[in-house]
Amino acid sequence: MKALLGAVALFVAALAGRPAEVNDAAITGDALPAKLSDYRFFADLAGETPAARVIPYDLETPLFSDYAGKHRFLYVPEGHEARYDAEAAFDLPPGSAIIKTFGYPQAGKFRPIETRLLLRRASGWVALPYVWNAEGNDALLRRAGTRIPVTFTDPSGVTRRISYAVPNQNQCKDCHALSGAIAPIGVKARYLNHGGQLEKLLAAGMLDRLPADAPRVARWDDARAPIEARARAYLEINCAHCHNPAGAASNSGLFLELGRTDPVALGVRKRPVAAGRGSGGRDFAIQPGEPDASILLYRMESTEPGVAMPELGRATVHKEGAALMRAWIESMPKTAQAR
Amino acid sequence: MPRHWTLAALIAASPAAAQTVTVEAGPDAQERLQAALIEAKPGSTVRIGPGRFELTDGLSLDVNRVTVRGAGPDKTVLSFKGQLGAGEGLLVTSDDVVLRDFAVEDSKGDGIKSKGADRIVYKNVRVEWTRGPKPTNGAYGVYPVESSDILIDGVTVKGASDAGIYVGQSERIVVRNSTAMFNVAGIEIENSGYAEVTGNLVTHNTGGILVFDLPALPRRGAGHVAVRHNRVIDNDTPNFAPAGNIVATVPTGTGVLVMAENDVDVVANELSGNGTANIMIVAYRQPFEDKAYDPYPRHVQISDNKHGRAGFAPAMPGGAELAKALGGTLPPIFWDGTGGDQVKLIGTDKAPLLTLNLALGAGIDTARPQVGKLTQGVPTASFVNRLPSAMEAAAQ
Repeated sequence: MKALLGAVALFVAALAGRPAEVNDAAITGDALPAKLSDYRFFADLAGETPAARVIPYDLETPLFSDYAGKHRFLYVPEGHEARYDAEAAFDLPPGSAIIKTFGYPQAGKFRPIETRLLLRRASGWVALPYVWNAEGNDALLRRAGTRIPVTFTDPSGVTRRISYAVPNQNQCKDCHALSGAIAPIGVKARYLNHGGQLEKLLAAGMLDRLPADAPRVARWDDARAPIEARARAYLEINCAHCHNPAGAASNSGLFLELGRTDPVALGVRKRPVAAGRGSGGRDFAIQPGEPDASILLYRMESTEPGVAMPELGRATVHKEGAALMRAWIESMPKTAQAR
Repeated sequence: MPRHWTLAALIAASPAAAQTVTVEAGPDAQERLQAALIEAKPGSTVRIGPGRFELTDGLSLDVNRVTVRGAGPDKTVLSFKGQLGAGEGLLVTSDDVVLRDFAVEDSKGDGIKSKGADRIVYKNVRVEWTRGPKPTNGAYGVYPVESSDILIDGVTVKGASDAGIYVGQSERIVVRNSTAMFNVAGIEIENSGYAEVTGNLVTHNTGGILVFDLPALPRRGAGHVAVRHNRVIDNDTPNFAPAGNIVATVPTGTGVLVMAENDVDVVANELSGNGTANIMIVAYRQPFEDKAYDPYPRHVQISDNKHGRAGFAPAMPGGAELAKALGGTLPPIFWDGTGGDQVKLIGTDKAPLLTLNLALGAGIDTARPQVGKLTQGVPTASFVNRLPSAMEAAAQ
């Protein structure tokens, strides 16, 4: 009875005073916690009430994932800071975690399907997929991934039924690998630099510095931004995690990072290497002025495995994204070699 | 008993020494097999039992020193007919992996891909698209890329819409005692170095064995490719590659095709029934912007080959007209002549050689055909790859 009273007292204190604290040992230990709740990233997991130093963020231009909504959170342990970098992903100290929950609205409410974790352990990053239970009150580790039937309404009002793929642990790494080691993708200055997000991280003592000239990517759907900037931001966040010299598509020679300038590497009149039927009978990744002669569009507009790009996490065509790439390729002069 | 004996016995008996996990056919094969591949410990074996495994997604292995072993290429079948995602059937991204005694069927993209996977052994594996040659089949059957030390031994690939066995951007490669049939290209070595292709049966493909060096790829071919003791017979399947791919330009009825690669030996092969040519040596003909790229083949040796019938159905542009002018068939050995003397094409084969004397990138209408014999020359010393002994042991 005394113990119970004590527990109640602690609980009340927690409610009234300090926010809940993350279970650091779950992040840094060698074990693979079975439940998302084991980490205590949220005081209230179902309601996504973040614990101390767990801060929500979003990306100015995000990866398309079958129109899923994504709730992202960054955790940096007390007494440590992420190291700012103008180009690369921020260097996050051991004990940090990136939390990303995927879901769709159901009856007006966000219903989570899976939560992907990137845990910064002393030995490097570990990527783990958790699948939410039917009750929606916790998610369970599912290293081998799974498929879940999902029905949702896309932005144009069309109802879609898809087999939603929760990636397996290796597939997490397929995208999140640089030279064979797991690395974060979106936690970069240019993707976070909007809505005061970087300022908030700085103020929370989670970021070491914030230069006034921090870069910022174009928002892919910002009609006022130049189409080139929007297209390149879209290509980088959707493709460049594999299509870079240290990524899973290094052998393709098609490199789509924002800083890349060589037109052939960017696909302009570049012949395919290992596209197979992914070529769609077209000769070049990008044929300037001719989206319908460009392999890039063919693969974006397909959902066939073996043809569709990206290879993982896409069972629907991103109509709006494809329209952007189409407009960009159309805008290229047919004779131009550059850009 | 001395103390160290006890220790040795303990180590030998411990599960870590030779851990084996077995996955049997049945429901939830996808998650059970993928889980076994993720949870495998270095040094362990994942055994796949006999039967058909109906898979819905690509499988992948990212743990070093794992052997994946089935009950035989006709007994353990990984079927990807119902595949909904991923670019290949099985992807390996770790080192010192042995794949043996199973089949991959009907994957939507490539069959088995290994990338950055050094010292990999493919032994007694079958990759097949079971509906026969179709442009909707996956591109590559067995597909190691960006790796060093690759052994492909006793493998069978059928129906690939690009190359059955494709090795790209890699070094130290042995492809031996394997069978490639009904693919667009039977075996292709691309932008690689120190490759031996030996003792294979390559038949009923569009083109038998291709040795390519292409521009605008991260890794240039280092050359030194030996094509020896292969049977390259009746490569007669009409080209079914999707346009845009380089192999879509390979004429039906090509035996061995060397494009722009250096230090290539085509030696002691049996070649016959190849309607365009038994052996073709060509430059890279398309425009390119890669300034470091050399479009010419150099130092090519063609010796001791046995030539059967060839050149009776030439499928390259202008081929029929050429054959007509030459009395109905083309000679068994074909050289575009591009690059002239700097190519240093030599050999002992007595079979006639057709040279077109084409300038780089020039149309076939500018050809100045000439029939002659190979230049006799001092043969370059052939090389033999010595792969790590553990790889040879794993392939026994």
